[in-house]
Amino acid sequence: MPTRNTGRPSPERLVRIGFIPLLDMAVLAAAEEQGFARREGIRLQLVKDVSWSNIRDRLAFRQFDVAHMLSPMPVASHLGLGSNPYRCFTPFALGRGGNSVTLSLELYREMQIAADLDGSEDALANALALKAVIERRRRQGRKPLVFAMTYPFSSHNYEFRFWLAAGGIDPDSDVIMTVVPPPLTVDAMAARAIDGFCVNAPWNMIAVEKGVGRIVATKADIWPSAPEKVLGVSPDWAEKNPETLSRLIVALDAAARWCDDPGNHGSLAQMLGDRACVGISPDMILRLLKGELTVDPGGRTRSIENYLMFHGQAANFPWISQARWIYSQMVRWGQVAHDEPCLAQVEAAYRPDIYRSVLAGSATAVPLIDSKVEGVGSSSTVVPTAGGDLTLAADAFIDRRAFDPSDIPGYVSGFAIRTK
Amino acid sequence: MTKDTQTGQRPLRVAIIEENSIRAAILLDGLRDAGVADVEVIDTMTHMLRRLSTIDPDVIIIGIENPSRDVLEQMFQVSKLVSRPVAMFVDRSDDGMIQAAVEAGVSAYVVDGLRKERVKAIVDMAVSRFNAFDRLQRELVAARNELASRKIIERAKGILMRTRHLSEEEAYALLRQTAMNEKRKLVDIAQSVVTAASLLEK
Repeated sequence: MPTRNTGRPSPERLVRIGFIPLLDMAVLAAAEEQGFARREGIRLQLVKDVSWSNIRDRLAFRQFDVAHMLSPMPVASHLGLGSNPYRCFTPFALGRGGNSVTLSLELYREMQIAADLDGSEDALANALALKAVIERRRRQGRKPLVFAMTYPFSSHNYEFRFWLAAGGIDPDSDVIMTVVPPPLTVDAMAARAIDGFCVNAPWNMIAVEKGVGRIVATKADIWPSAPEKVLGVSPDWAEKNPETLSRLIVALDAAARWCDDPGNHGSLAQMLGDRACVGISPDMILRLLKGELTVDPGGRTRSIENYLMFHGQAANFPWISQARWIYSQMVRWGQVAHDEPCLAQVEAAYRPDIYRSVLAGSATAVPLIDSKVEGVGSSSTVVPTAGGDLTLAADAFIDRRAFDPSDIPGYVSGFAIRTK
Repeated sequence: MTKDTQTGQRPLRVAIIEENSIRAAILLDGLRDAGVADVEVIDTMTHMLRRLSTIDPDVIIIGIENPSRDVLEQMFQVSKLVSRPVAMFVDRSDDGMIQAAVEAGVSAYVVDGLRKERVKAIVDMAVSRFNAFDRLQRELVAARNELASRKIIERAKGILMRTRHLSEEEAYALLRQTAMNEKRKLVDIAQSVVTAASLLEK
């Protein structure tokens, strides 16, 4: 168990961090660039990578100590899913939001005709319109649509499927789901190799600005609280460096708070715009940080509160209930069979106990519970913390069914569309 | 000539996923020098999966900087049948890395730099790691099935002993004789007994 050591200064320690160029690596970049890491006596070496498989393997090969990871990756690793499963864990989530579903302009036009859309419809209406198009295409004997996400164990895979299924579309039999690496999604759509994709910022808005795509749903529409990226930690490294891990968590907490402050968004956009980070126009990043999305090439915009949230609403707390939700989606789509003993592995992947022991007594509100009912739509959720109650905003799923983490079989069997 | 490590039937077939033609040529040379003649280079992302399933390689070689690694990951996830050892190459690596890769139980293997005389050794290593891992997985499944079968047979014996007042040996002999007469597996007969008993209860 890491403990925070605020005693005498020790020599600066280096932490090697792998990341994928996406806006949700902001907290990692800010921790180094804004001096939060230095203040804790550590230095972060940020190493850009190109694939989640590499991130996973290089953590296993000890080329990285920690990494920017998709929230389902630690869970998958503990369940032995995927190639080279190397058990890593997360004590800290890097924030929420940022994902969107973008369809090709051509497909969206078909939806407009089929369902008489005027462009102001919500995500569910868009899914229902897509369903109508899929049925029409099937009657006409046209080939199935191809949709892309970034990795089999990704928030994108589960969110895309959740949205499709909410509209009555079976992602395994009505369409073809494939993987396209994020930087190639826009080109793949322009080349008509794919008809839609779900990926994190900035790629959705780039597709819109290039005139090839239409944003039809965002993570906030599907489930606002969904965990997005997490800090994946190598257990070998953590065991040998418990104090460095604690210092890292303190630095990331401060950096996340800094990233959430609208007053810092200008600097943050400049920082992420740098080629060493994400390498796109700071103007576009700034608009994304403000949640001002251009959703179609005609210039229609949508303002989404907390489109990217780095610290507020306990966004960094690794909820056991969210690890269980991820597992429920793995079960739903047949990636793993439900088995009670699996739950211990699922819970070992998320470590709220480490987060709590490091940040207890800090200015950050630290939940005293590890699990809550997720997706309560009607009212806000009150979470006890040492400093008093923390109120979390209502966060309904698009299908309006709340997730009770103690009843995974009941939750999964309640989905009309799932792998049977 | 190369012995096949995968099936014992045909010589080793390798697919190289590499857009850079110089790197692909080094790999190709290294494999040919080592006697691996059956090599296909896939130099474009388009139709990568279709080409891979047509080639049906024993080993896939891919550069660590190639984002298509995640596409392979999805392919392995969707169809366990096409799961193949993957050998990865990086231009730099630290000493502990190869050891760590082996300890992590990976079939992907990383070499310090791309030198053609090392290619074959790396490919062989990837195959043997993969086969070892694959065998472990299969043994695990077999062991689980074996345990489940033994439990069913035990229950069936118990039912026969109780309802027909047989000794344990007699109950087992009856199950085995029935299986032989009907040309079915012992565990299937045992399962029928267990199912029938549960239907007849109450």
